[in-house]
Amino acid sequence: MKKTPLYDRHVALGAKMIDFGGWDMPVQYTGVVEEHHATRTGAGLFDICHMGEIEIRGTQALDLLQGVLSRNLEGQKTGQMKLSVLTNEQGGIIDDVTVYKLAEDRYWVVTNSATKDKDLRWLQRRKQEGGFAGADIADRTEELGKIDLQGPRAQQILQPLAGEDLAPLRYYHAMRTTVAGVSALVSRSGYTGEDGFEIYADSQQIGSIWDRLMAAGAGSGLKPVGLGARDTLRLEAGMMLYGHEMCETVSPYEVVYGWLVDLEKAFIGRDVLDRQKKRGVSRKLVGFEMAERGIARAGYKIFKYGREIGEVTSGTYAPTLNRAVGFAFLPVACMEPQTELEIRIRERLVKARVVTIPFYKRCDKHIFYNVFI
Amino acid sequence: MSKTNPVDRKYSREHEWARDEGDGTAAVGITDYAQEMLTDIVFVELPAVGKIVKQMDPFAVVESVKSVSDVYAPVGGEVIQVNAGLETRPELVNQDAFGEGWIARIRMHQPEELKGLMDAAAYEAMIREEKK
Repeated sequence: MKKTPLYDRHVALGAKMIDFGGWDMPVQYTGVVEEHHATRTGAGLFDICHMGEIEIRGTQALDLLQGVLSRNLEGQKTGQMKLSVLTNEQGGIIDDVTVYKLAEDRYWVVTNSATKDKDLRWLQRRKQEGGFAGADIADRTEELGKIDLQGPRAQQILQPLAGEDLAPLRYYHAMRTTVAGVSALVSRSGYTGEDGFEIYADSQQIGSIWDRLMAAGAGSGLKPVGLGARDTLRLEAGMMLYGHEMCETVSPYEVVYGWLVDLEKAFIGRDVLDRQKKRGVSRKLVGFEMAERGIARAGYKIFKYGREIGEVTSGTYAPTLNRAVGFAFLPVACMEPQTELEIRIRERLVKARVVTIPFYKRCDKHIFYNVFI
Repeated sequence: MSKTNPVDRKYSREHEWARDEGDGTAAVGITDYAQEMLTDIVFVELPAVGKIVKQMDPFAVVESVKSVSDVYAPVGGEVIQVNAGLETRPELVNQDAFGEGWIARIRMHQPEELKGLMDAAAYEAMIREEKK
């Protein structure tokens, strides 16, 4: 199994380790619920070194990306990041990625961990087929480490260690600075629904950033957070997870990613998506909450009037909401909020209802945050 | 660290306990070691009162945030009472697995099944093996 540069620290902290797509990752340190609350009320530190970073560089870097991403990067400014999807010829989602524009001719595509290799092959194939000799593709996953610092106290903890004032850094924007004296790329972004930062630095030095942040945050309620709470945090915030809500046979219009599609430009899968948009899709991803006791998990079947109509893609007990929620694919006729559903949990049919996503929204007025960035 | 396993009861290989109540019934639950392994318990599915279970039949379910686990009946018989408090406070299993976190009371069909279970010392030896 692959180990991140922070592996020894997790073991020393007593983390419970699991195999996550071939990576030996911490699922929890002290407990999922405690780590979840720590992130919502103080701050959480996450080892995200397993995620992929692919660098595209050169005069044709933008041309290559425009042809494979559904979103139009034309207006993207240097330092800005954009959420997008890589689509196949059928308009299905190969991966959902964040794209950092580091310079006019230099981009980072940050991928999910299990999809990195196929994303890389896809980009290389497109480079060949499209004749984009002026776009160099480099897998930088091994040499780059990534830590997420998330929570209402994230900025307060990071600021004394950062080389620049973080206050002007806007949501979904990045800056090149130093953290604990180490050169790093810092963006205000994340996967929890809280304010926070994603920090990229040399994998040899990511450990010292981790140590300094842990020490700096000790008095502010900072806790290391495993993949267990990362999942409950993202779900509450209405954020999707590749492999659950998305796969290669799911289109952006079937999930909440329709806004990432720009049909005005040419990209792989555009024509299929154009037809889909005109005709409409037959199923869509919705949020649900349990109306009776029970937790619906991924794969559980959903019924209405005794007929099977859909399936849960992610479901959990949500610690901040103190109730069970989840995502599911349902026919468009059943996606109105408050639509009553039944979910089969073991042998029983348990009542649930459709609700709007996100399930949780932080009450912070000064900046506009939600998943639609 | 798990709490000491009380000597007034018997233990199954699947980490359940059964305490002879002296009236032909046994109180049953999961061990402190089991709750520690499961971590934050957020849901307990209790059996229906009146349900007949065989020894080591799955008869209840405990769920943590990330996991779903069957609880096996350490003794066979009829479920005559369940700990309804767990419906609103499943965390009692974490806090007091051997006490307030009990799951059910079973009227034993074959009380001699208790003899086949481990005592506290044997159970502790088994956990030590598991941890290796």
